[in-house]
Amino acid sequence: MDDDLVRRQLCVTNPEGLHARPAAKLVQLANQFQCEITLVRGSQRHDAKSIMDLMTLAAEQGSKLLLEARGCDAHVAADAIEKLFVEGLGDLDANPDDA
Amino acid sequence: MKLSDFVIREAVLPDLAASTKEEVIREMVASLRTDGHVKNGDEEGIVKAILKREEQGTTGIGRGVAVPHTKHASASRLIGTVALSRKGIDFQSLDGEPVHILFLLVSPSDRPGDHLRALETISRHLRTDVFIRFLRQATTREKVWEVLDDADMNQLFS
Repeated sequence: MDDDLVRRQLCVTNPEGLHARPAAKLVQLANQFQCEITLVRGSQRHDAKSIMDLMTLAAEQGSKLLLEARGCDAHVAADAIEKLFVEGLGDLDANPDDA
Repeated sequence: MKLSDFVIREAVLPDLAASTKEEVIREMVASLRTDGHVKNGDEEGIVKAILKREEQGTTGIGRGVAVPHTKHASASRLIGTVALSRKGIDFQSLDGEPVHILFLLVSPSDRPGDHLRALETISRHLRTDVFIRFLRQATTREKVWEVLDDADMNQLFS
């Protein structure tokens, strides 16, 4: 069986980068799919289904990441994750402190 | 980055009295008042900011760990504390489990990189079961410091 390998270029747009909350959103989304989902930066590969893996990416705003999805639902997964990144992982309106 | 770069040792709480998410966050921010790391006037603002962000998404990242945090104008540098809860706190964690280990971070408004590096440091250590296990076994502040220091020196891996 041929597993589809889908690749997308992603950019971290939210001002605070890929910290715990947006990482948690990504993990929850990634775990909805069967395929393997990896974020690659340079030589490092991070499992997008693992919050610990994602937080060790420490990806700042402007970071470019390569998404690799491999499996039967790779296309659907890649589309959904790309959309999440474009939307800033729900963190675009992170305001400066409110105090 | 080392844990000792940002964890305020005097603010470490080896046995949290609080039992809810809000109480725990209050207790941890209050402990940062030691030595004036957090000023009285800023305490409520910091607690509210952390709670507001928790509403947007839990920092209960699973494996019994939570990393509540906020930026705050009063922070001249990244500061943090570690707290342990024997009974476990409901944090609406990703894996549904109660939280026993908390790292609370307050960072300057203009340096998100510091905060990310702290999270990277914390999560790097949390990936080892030994770190989590030794932390949960620590009953005193000094024992918690030992675990953090050993982790910083990579002495935990045997």
